[in-house]
Amino acid sequence: MLRSDNNRIDPKRRNVLDHRKKQFADPAYKESSYPHRLNFYAVPPTADITLEQFEQWAIDRLRILAELEACSFRNKSAQETAAHMKPLLEKYLPLDSNSSASSRLTAERQKDHYSHFILRLAFASTEDLRRRFTRVETMLFRLRLNDDIPRERNAFIQSLNLDWEPASEEERRSIASELAALSGFRKAGRDEEESWFKVDWERVPDLVEGRRVFLKAGKAYVPSREQTSMAVTEFTKRLERALELTARALPRLDEDDRLTPILDHLSKNFITPDASYNSSSSSVPGADISARNVDNLSQNFPLCMQNLHRLLRRDAHLKHVGRLQYTLFLKGIGLNLEECLVFWRASFNKITDDTFNKEYRYYVRHAYGDVGGDSIRRGGGYSPYSCQKILTEHPPGPGEAHGCPYRHFNVENLTALLQAVGITDQGVLRGVKEDKESQKFHMACNRVFEYVHKKEIKRVKDEGIMTSAQLETIVHPNEYFKRSYLLKNLGKDMTKSENVKMEG
Amino acid sequence: MAEPVALPTTTDCVNGEEKKEVKLEDLFGDVDSDDEFPSLRPKQQTPQSSSSDAPSSPTEIGPIGKASDPEVLRMFYQRLFPWRHLFQWLNHAPTPTNDFAHREFALTLRSDAYLRYRSFPTSDLLRKEILQLLPVRFEIGPVYTTNPRDRKQMKNSSAFKPLAKELCFDIDLTDYDDIRTCCDQANICIKCWSFMTMAIKVIDVALREDFGFKHIMWVYSGRRGAHAWVCDKKTRAMDDQKRRAIAGYLEVVRGGAQGGKKVNVRRPLHPHLSRSLDILAPHFQSDILSIQDPWALDDRSEHLLSLLPDSGLNASLRAKWNSSPGRASAQKWADIDALAKSGASKSLDAKALLEAKQDIVLEYTYPRLDIEVSKKLNHLLKSPFVVHPGTGRVCVPIDTRKLENFDPLAVPTVQQLLSEIDEWKGEEGKGMQDWEKTSLKPYVDYFRTFVLALMKDEKDPRVKRERDEDSMEF
Repeated sequence: MLRSDNNRIDPKRRNVLDHRKKQFADPAYKESSYPHRLNFYAVPPTADITLEQFEQWAIDRLRILAELEACSFRNKSAQETAAHMKPLLEKYLPLDSNSSASSRLTAERQKDHYSHFILRLAFASTEDLRRRFTRVETMLFRLRLNDDIPRERNAFIQSLNLDWEPASEEERRSIASELAALSGFRKAGRDEEESWFKVDWERVPDLVEGRRVFLKAGKAYVPSREQTSMAVTEFTKRLERALELTARALPRLDEDDRLTPILDHLSKNFITPDASYNSSSSSVPGADISARNVDNLSQNFPLCMQNLHRLLRRDAHLKHVGRLQYTLFLKGIGLNLEECLVFWRASFNKITDDTFNKEYRYYVRHAYGDVGGDSIRRGGGYSPYSCQKILTEHPPGPGEAHGCPYRHFNVENLTALLQAVGITDQGVLRGVKEDKESQKFHMACNRVFEYVHKKEIKRVKDEGIMTSAQLETIVHPNEYFKRSYLLKNLGKDMTKSENVKMEG
Repeated sequence: MAEPVALPTTTDCVNGEEKKEVKLEDLFGDVDSDDEFPSLRPKQQTPQSSSSDAPSSPTEIGPIGKASDPEVLRMFYQRLFPWRHLFQWLNHAPTPTNDFAHREFALTLRSDAYLRYRSFPTSDLLRKEILQLLPVRFEIGPVYTTNPRDRKQMKNSSAFKPLAKELCFDIDLTDYDDIRTCCDQANICIKCWSFMTMAIKVIDVALREDFGFKHIMWVYSGRRGAHAWVCDKKTRAMDDQKRRAIAGYLEVVRGGAQGGKKVNVRRPLHPHLSRSLDILAPHFQSDILSIQDPWALDDRSEHLLSLLPDSGLNASLRAKWNSSPGRASAQKWADIDALAKSGASKSLDAKALLEAKQDIVLEYTYPRLDIEVSKKLNHLLKSPFVVHPGTGRVCVPIDTRKLENFDPLAVPTVQQLLSEIDEWKGEEGKGMQDWEKTSLKPYVDYFRTFVLALMKDEKDPRVKRERDEDSMEF
């Protein structure tokens, strides 16, 4: 059905040259067998399925992937994600282990296999889609690998033949003390039995990044317990390559007008919650968004932006990334470029006009897409940073103030900052501390939001002004501002809209 | 070839007329690259032409202006800049290849205009444009899939992608402002340069021993920092994910101004970290405790206390230090162990204290990298041998074998170099170049040795094998 290999002729149309040899030839259709629960998706499926199945299976898998992506945007930990996904997986994409003796093993695995390849077709067309697809498929693979039964997991990894060279006894002895340092945070005494693999470090970049392997002359010594990580990396790598091949073969699919509409539809429905932050939906009608009003508006800012604002007012300066994070946020709340330049010029009051124009003006304009490369200008500059981006990318270095206070401050400094912005309730502070310790930075931020807007939230809920969908967890600083502003200006806004109605 | 400088004017170049000209050169360049000799000739002539100018020039030099003065820059680029070595360094072969031709250069002009996506088929054309525009500095970017000048003619923009660039590191002394006491911001002295010495030692050994990289060049950035260029072929082709992995592996000091403790590492220490500690510990004793004296002031010693784990111990330390103001950091550091042994705190966890002390050593000595530079394939970095417009110092390579002797304040300035040419009284050898008459010579020599070693490793092994087979037949 689906080809990832360009050279292969459609088996249906393949001409068997000599009918006398036919009995020795491999059958063109091989019923796929699924000896393992997991699948590296190396071989495309070849059997027939109905169009309904084609669409339904793809939609089911898509639902799972979208949910996984949402988990990562909400910054859920691995355990939370697993717990959250379990019922969904059972409903839409069940996959039982060999030992479960389920009668539906083959059917489940077939659905998993086929749906993966259908989505490959739907998401191979652009680089952006490919990257996202690889990311979520990798997440799904890792999730399943981790909850696999250890024996079956080992059997699966063995079956992959990933040519990982075991480190020889002699080699291990010569670097015994270094290896011991790595296995030391496990139980002592076990390291002797542990086996080590030796691979090029480039094959395990994530392990290198976390200093979880010993490196020597470009070789990484990987303890056997990190095999899952290596399998996941390998999975990602192969999927990326396969998707590129699919993308190249894709134009040949055009002739089929049964599948193309379904595939188009599938890829369109895969919308990222944060990727394109919509500036029109984020602007607040009726608000005075101008340079001189930022001080006033800043009481509706999330803590990360309040912090930047306070430091800007204290030092009359912010470092580069802090400036960028704040500029894009201001852009997101609807401050236009002229006003933004006025704002920064007035805020950097210790420097001359000349220095400002030389060193800073360009970056503000760049953020708005007023200057810069073609792609920057066409896209209207950069999008405001989401919580996901602020939390995970570019943590602040020495002397830098950007990032998320809930994540990048220590508890004492965070508490001090919260008290400084007027949050003194011991219960809230304790809750924030617990959230921080369990790495739930969103929860902490939303907790503070709910505390600050307690009265208003109760009111809109009672009066049914906002639906619960409009009050779900905040995952974007600009959403925080918008909601905060709307809630705090509830009365004024309503009268205004009523007036409009009456006039109309 | 004698006066290539005078021909097109600056305005031509901005108007894009020069684009046509380069395309023409491109055509010829392709023809040239098949034949070794024609393309070699101009390169040999370049130094000759500049040295033939030499006799008439002393009168022109006269009083030497500021480092960003156009005349000073012109003379520097014309007579001192090692164009040929720079070309070979980026080209990895004697005859021009796409490694050089598709490489992005970015020029910063005196007007602060910033010209990106410049590229040059040959080293001569690069030199020519630099001499026309006289940029105060220029930066080196990645090698792209196509000529960066043609990027707008591509059908789909995704076909224009960065392919390869050296792995770069940037260390800047301003990132040490919260722990250095001698200077701040853009100022440096020989005392705080020891931070840089430590950083280079730690990073260099990790890159060589752990990752197996061979061709690593450290370059003084002209004022307060240093850059590293890792030039191995395999390294250049690494994607962002791998660069990020190396950056993460090497990054230890994390967290912003409000983050509190900046070093949080797993125990037992990773071999890279224990090796780094071994390197850094002696520096901590001499360069930090006695020279920087970081905890002499009360608020700074309070920061030291905030990094220690035991509140009982902290209380007695605070009492002791308050009773004798002005106690030196080395003594305060010794006090920690002394009081811990004397049993000042009942709840003391000796292991936690030792780990905290290790973390403190790391926080005060471990390299503070500007990590974004290393993570991205398409990051631009200032070229070696450019003049720093503020200080006038040349961005010279640092010889890591004599790392301890490197003094950033002794690096020659452009003005000094130009007067050295004038004052030079030696024999005018044939083909002698101006930089050989100056104190820039050891740096250029070092660069040349580095580039030659790199080119030797780059040689296509396939070609070599063919030659071997040939010789066996005969």
